[in-house]
Amino acid sequence: MRKLKDKILLGLLWFAAFLTVAVLVMIVGYIFYKGIGLISFDFIFGDYSPSGGGGILPMIVTTIYTIVISLLIATPIGILAAVYLQEYAKQGRLVNTIRFATESLTGIPSIIYGLFGAVFFVTTLKLGMSIIAASLTLTIIVLPVIIRTTEESLKTVPRTYREGSLALGTTKLQTLYKVILPSAMPGILSGLILSMGRIIGESAAIFLTAGTVAAMPASIFSSARTLTVHSFLVTQEAGDIELAAAVGVVLIVLILILNLTATFISKKLNKANY
Amino acid sequence: MSSIPVKKDAGEIGKANKRKYILEKVSGRVFLFCALLSVVSLLLIIGFVFYKGSHPFIAEGYSFIDFLLGSDWVPSEDKFGILPMIVASIYATIGALIIGVPIGLFTAIFLAEIAPRSVAKIISPAVQLLAGIPSVLYGVFGLAIIVPFLQNNLGLIKGQSLIAVIIVLAIMMLPTVVTVAETAIRAVPKAYREGSLALGVSPIGTIFKVVVPAAKSGIMTAIVLGMGRAIGETMAVILVAGNSLVIPTSLTDSIRPLTTNIALEMGYAFGTHQEMLFATGIVLFSFILILNFVLARISSKGGN
Repeated sequence: MRKLKDKILLGLLWFAAFLTVAVLVMIVGYIFYKGIGLISFDFIFGDYSPSGGGGILPMIVTTIYTIVISLLIATPIGILAAVYLQEYAKQGRLVNTIRFATESLTGIPSIIYGLFGAVFFVTTLKLGMSIIAASLTLTIIVLPVIIRTTEESLKTVPRTYREGSLALGTTKLQTLYKVILPSAMPGILSGLILSMGRIIGESAAIFLTAGTVAAMPASIFSSARTLTVHSFLVTQEAGDIELAAAVGVVLIVLILILNLTATFISKKLNKANY
Repeated sequence: MSSIPVKKDAGEIGKANKRKYILEKVSGRVFLFCALLSVVSLLLIIGFVFYKGSHPFIAEGYSFIDFLLGSDWVPSEDKFGILPMIVASIYATIGALIIGVPIGLFTAIFLAEIAPRSVAKIISPAVQLLAGIPSVLYGVFGLAIIVPFLQNNLGLIKGQSLIAVIIVLAIMMLPTVVTVAETAIRAVPKAYREGSLALGVSPIGTIFKVVVPAAKSGIMTAIVLGMGRAIGETMAVILVAGNSLVIPTSLTDSIRPLTTNIALEMGYAFGTHQEMLFATGIVLFSFILILNFVLARISSKGGN
């Protein structure tokens, strides 16, 4: 009797794992099956034409803009904040408050970020629906990710490194940028790559702050749509699943490359370090 | 190194040191400032959303109770009731939990305890990829596959329904539940398993009676995080929800959760209508804050 129960449970475990994998294969498989036919050099590097048949270069450019701008701002702030929390701060109420705020930011849904971006960056700071407004909103979204991953990798730097450096008479700051940060670099880099993935995948917040203009952005102050927003809009407005899936193929390939790079970096550089 | 002068003026050294100390102090402040930016961001977000959203109730005489419990949302007639959306959000989230949690949890147990190394090596990256796929694509998949499937098999006029939302959200929360629960299960000390096995409990019995209960707080965290992901999801849900403004009474009803209401109408709303969307945001925010609070309680208990 008990053996039978064990067997059933074991079967359920296998079944659940199978189901998870099957769902993944189905989704990725379907997107590729539907979208791969549209993928061509002209599709990726061609300018968009509203009449159809054009490429998605404007959306790719917009996506790259948002990644570059938000990481340019979020990276230094996030790394320095993590350094403060791990290396400088005395544990206490202040640190707890900062930690609580960072964790709470992680849990806020992106539509709320979108609302905030729409009223703060778009309206109050008068940036209008624009790439820059969306990028600033994205900065806040990825900040907790960068802080957390940097903190984690700072934790892995052995104490002896710090002690050895300080014993040689260096200041805290010198120890930081000559010893601690270089050792923590692989972790920080993979954190940044994860953030890139987060930015590429984001849609609701961008939808409310960058708008939906389907054209090559003239500058970072113009309204534009990213790949995800484009994929969403062609599905919702035109029901063009094929086009949405083709954009999806580009997105999945990008995410895949980022994931692989992150794994590669943390493996390679870790070996080089220790 | 040979260019260092043997003798250095004492004053010069003092000056260099002084500069170093100042730099040290300043940098400490800069780091603190950066760390405080996340607190500032959180306060700004809460401040702006709550200020905008509470304005109609404080300054324009709308009743907050009517807003929460009213079932008519007709902005053109000045009617703002979000009960159907609250109910839709809650139903969709609970439904997604009922499907997603058992599958996710069992997959996590499988990966941590049962799977041969070679199998786990394939599944784990797959789950990671599933976590990285942009949420919009889940919606596209849902609209292209799940919605027509439901339409044909349940004989619906419109496949976009509560059940379609539930299925899409269940799939979307899988990676979160699997990765967090797997980490928790792996963290259970080996001695627990060995002790249980030594007492003659079967391997499967050990997993369900010893390992899983020991990982309880981590598993709860996984569920709460998955719940947060489900209740906050917007773009994928718009595509499969149908967006009708009725209180759902069956799984096949078309629904409009809180998030989609904001995204659908923000584009053209202004004045009171826009403020009411921020008020919708407050309600959503409150759900998330409650979840965060629960999460904090769980992790502090787990710590003890």
